[in-house]
This record gives sequence, C-alpha cells and structure tokens, in this order.
Amino acid sequence: MTNLLIWPILLPLLTGILLLFAPKQIRFQRVLSAISGAGLIAVTVFILLTVRDGGIQTLELGGWTPPFGIVLVGDMLASLLTTTTAVVSLPIVIFAMSTIGKEREQFYFYAFYQFLITGVMGAFLTGDIFNLFVFFEVMLISSYILIVHGGTKIQLRESFKYVLVNVISSAFFVVAVAYLYAVTGTLNMAQLSQRIGSLDSDAPILTVIAVLFLIVFGLKGALFPLYFWLPASYTAPPSAIAAVFGALLTKVGMYSIFRTYTIIFTHDTGFTHQLLAVLAACTMVIGVIGAVAHQDVKKILVYNVIVAVGFVLFGVSTLTETGMAGAVFYLIHDIVIKGALFLLLGAMIIAAGTSHLRNMGGLIKHHPRLGWMFFTAVMALVGVPPLSGFVGKLLIIQGGAQDGQYIIIAVMMAASLLVLYSMIRIFLYGFYGRIRLEKADQHGSTKGLLLPCAFLIAVSAFIGLGAESVYQMAATAAQTLHDPQIYIDAVLKE
Amino acid sequence: MKSNDVILQTVANIVLFIILMFSVFLFFNGHHEPGGGFIGGLMTSSALVLLLLAYDLETVKRILPVDFKLVTAAGLLVAVGTGMGSFFFGAPFLSQTYDYFHFPVLGELELATALIFDVGVYLVVVGITLTIIQTIGEDR
Repeated sequence: MTNLLIWPILLPLLTGILLLFAPKQIRFQRVLSAISGAGLIAVTVFILLTVRDGGIQTLELGGWTPPFGIVLVGDMLASLLTTTTAVVSLPIVIFAMSTIGKEREQFYFYAFYQFLITGVMGAFLTGDIFNLFVFFEVMLISSYILIVHGGTKIQLRESFKYVLVNVISSAFFVVAVAYLYAVTGTLNMAQLSQRIGSLDSDAPILTVIAVLFLIVFGLKGALFPLYFWLPASYTAPPSAIAAVFGALLTKVGMYSIFRTYTIIFTHDTGFTHQLLAVLAACTMVIGVIGAVAHQDVKKILVYNVIVAVGFVLFGVSTLTETGMAGAVFYLIHDIVIKGALFLLLGAMIIAAGTSHLRNMGGLIKHHPRLGWMFFTAVMALVGVPPLSGFVGKLLIIQGGAQDGQYIIIAVMMAASLLVLYSMIRIFLYGFYGRIRLEKADQHGSTKGLLLPCAFLIAVSAFIGLGAESVYQMAATAAQTLHDPQIYIDAVLKE
Repeated sequence: MKSNDVILQTVANIVLFIILMFSVFLFFNGHHEPGGGFIGGLMTSSALVLLLLAYDLETVKRILPVDFKLVTAAGLLVAVGTGMGSFFFGAPFLSQTYDYFHFPVLGELELATALIFDVGVYLVVVGITLTIIQTIGEDR
C-alpha cells in the first residue's frame, strides 16, 4: 500500500492520457470518464478511511526522503477535500455528457477535464510548496483550455482576461516561493513550519512574504479586492464547465490559504490574520452586494461563490480549532452545494431558454422536480438545520466569537440572510410567477439532467444528517492545522 | 505565392540529418550532463520545423504521416508508465534504478530506467511542438 496516495492523481491523469488516443469515439470517452470517476470516488474514500483510522499518510516520491524530495501528504484536510472533489467531479461529467454538445465532446473535453482533476488532486495532496505551484499550473492550463473550449464570442473575450490574470498571479507565485526559499532555505511545508516556528525575532520579511502569498492565493481564490475577474469569466463557459470551476477552482486557492496561513505563517498573527479577517469580511459584503444586484441567474450564483470564500477564510483567520473545523466543514459543504446549484441552474437555463430572471417564470408547472430540488439546494446553501450548511456556519461563528470578532460575525449573519434573499429570488421569479412558456414551446428538455443534481443534493443531505461523523473528521483536520507539530512529525518522521 | 527556395531546400536536406544526429546525442548526454529528453525533443522538432520552412505542410505530412497529437499521448503514457513501473517492486511512485551492463562492441555501459522516462518526455515535446506549429501553419 506504499503508493496509495498517488492514485487520486494518477487515475485521472492516466484516464486523460488514454482519452487523448481516441478523441472522436464519444462512447469510449463517456464510458471511460464515468468509470474513472467512480474509481476515483472509491480510491479517495478508501484513503479517507485509512487516514481516519491510521493517521497522516505520506508518500516519498521516487524514494527521496523529505526535505530533499517531494512528498505527498494525506492529512485529514487533504483527504476530505480529495474525496469531496471526486464526489463532485463524477456528477458534473455525467451532466456534461448531455449538455456540452457533440462538437466539444469530440474535441478533447473529457481529456482536459481529467487533467483539471489531476491538478486539483495534486494541489490538495502535495507537501511541497513548489510542487503546489506545479499542480496549480496543471490545473490552470487545463482550465484555460476548458474556459475557451468551443470558442464562442463571449468565451474568447472572457478567457483572455482569465488567462491574463492567472498568468500574472502565477508569476507572483514563483516570486513568493523564491523569497520564501531565500529566507528559510526549504520548500517542504513541514520543514517550513518548523523553521519559521523556531525563529525568535518577528522577521518582518516573513510578513511580507505571507502577504505576497495572500495576494497570489487571493487572486486564485477570489478574495476581496482581487475577485474582479471571477464573475465574468465563470459565467462565460457552458454550465458543466462553470460548475467545475465554481465548485473546485476557487477552492484550491482557498485551500492554499488554509494551508499556508495555519501551518506556515503563524509568526505574526496579529497582523496577517487580522488582515485576512478584514478581507474576508469585505469579500462577504462585496459578494452579497453582487448577488443581490444582479438579474442574471448565473451571475447571482457566481457572486455567491465569492461570499463563500469570505465565510471560509473568516473561519481560518480566527485561528481557533472550532473556527477552523467550521471552515473545513463549510468548505466541503460549499464544494458539493455549489456544484449542485451550478448544475441545477444549467438545467433551469436549458428549460427556460434564457438566463435572465426577467424573462423567466412559472417553470415549476412543467418542471416540479427541478424546482423543488433547487429549493432544497438553496436551503442547504443557506444552512437550514438538517442540511449541510448549518454546522459549518455555526462552528465558524463560534470560532469567531472565541476570537472576539463580533463585528465580522454580524457581517456574516447579514450576508447569510442576503444570500438567502438572492437565491430565493431565483426561486420566486424563475419557478413561481407568471408562466412564460407553455409545454409546447419549451426550448430543451431537462431529462437526464436531474440525476447528477439529485446525487449531489443527496450528498449534501448526507453531510448534514451525518454531521456527527463528518464533524469528527473536520475536527481532526483542524487539530492538525492548529498544532503543526503533528504534521511536522508525520512528514519528517523525527 | 511561389518563392525560389532552392538554396534553403538543398541546405535543409543535409542539415536536417546533422540536427537529428545532434538531438540524439543531446538526448543520451542528458543523464549526467546538460541535455536530456526535453532538449533533445526540442532539437528534433527544430529539425522538422526547418523542413516545414524549406518545403510546406503537405510535403512534410507526406514524409512523416504521423498524427503528432498521438505522439504526445504516447509520450505521456510512456512517462507515466515508467513512474508506475515502480509499483511492481513495491517502491514509491517514480522510483528509478540503474545498473552497469557489458556490451559486445560498446563495452561497459550504464543503463537507467530514467532513460525510458526521458523517451516519454522526448515524445511529448516533439508531439506538442509540432502540433502547435502545424496548427498555426494550417490557419493561413
């Protein structure tokens, strides 16, 4: 079982490579993608259980011991996130099969989807900060292709901005890593943590590096004031691609902030984590303003992605075990529910033939199941108790209270209410209201689209109802983050 | 547009092989000294690009009737495959090994599994470069 940890990276990579051989065989592409997706869920769940029972797992690539070689680290946070990624990626690819169109299917869509998952998995699992950069690039290059894939006018326009922003932030990433290496002499996260922890002076240069990393990951994770590129570029591609972007890509940026701001940069929390808390609050406010202001359903949802970034990072910034456990829990919940909502809105746009609320109405008459599933997903997003959003938010608020951030807690509560308002508006105007379309002039059928959505909502309900066991795992993850010594011991084996 | 490329074509016919030989040299040199699959691959593709410049896309496609996208895929498969070879020996992913062998004419040589990985890199680089060049070339 030495090589267990490589499988979440290897499986999508191998699948992607095999898919490159026969781009025109749609059947082969679909079947292999589905099988690999199911396999990925099995592997990641197995890793999750292994980590739960056996503690942190590591894999020294090529047999080189850390800190010299690159090490993969499967701690609780990483294995929870890889499992969630696998669980979300399968329904999205199944949704894509019936919506993405034959042209795209024949042009390497599935292969690049697999490469994207490879990058995401690798970013979660790696224990080396330069390797994190490499997996970021794997993920980003695939995402450049997916965002422009199909080459419609709006996609070409938005992808240009998207590529530009990300290339610049990648350049900053390398600069930040170089600074960090120059100051500490290592790139292994465990050793970084050890060395920074043992510095006795407060080392202002490290604070500069920490902020530089915050800029880089803030750009990728859409943190205020660096979120500006996100709304337009996430609305450009087709629903299935938007879903994987909204559910996963920003989360990798958030995960990286999570990792660096808990394990590595804890030398000057008075400045860095206060900054993070304030930015998180601003992100919530900006996101929620956008979500309330817009009339286009895709835009509303995309701004809600930004709100969630604020919630999670506020949890991180409290640096309390409760707050971080809440942030982990909310992050997992958000990946699942954003995936579900993007898919549901995709189905809704197909049914209504438009993404603008003013032109929709009365969809519930012909699409009752879609309507009620959407309602359930909204309730889960906002955090109505039995569903998955509640526990995470509660813990984040508790953590914030322990840290004494009452103003930001108030902002968060208000933001939550407005999120509910913005989403329920879609329900009221889109599903209720005057019927715009009779059965005869429906634009498309939502047949076969509801199954993946139902699966994701079921997962969300499972996270909510089985909150006890998920909370246990989130708490373990938070414990590792709160006490880096556990992580250091597991990786460096001293 | 028909231009007179006699000099370029004549030179290219000969230089092509020199570049190809040098790329092979670079490829094998890479194990201990500067060189390797990436640079060797780039050198090979530069030879083919020279051919593209001297003649045109159709001629080169006739000489080399290969789908370079498949070359890329094959290269990736070889590279990842060598990484996975270590699974059979219970060693971590990407582990490599080497040994010394005696050959009849060449004498004692070091053979390393990293070489197979490099073959994969070589194929990927050649495949990607030529896919890009051909795609840009076809656009006109």
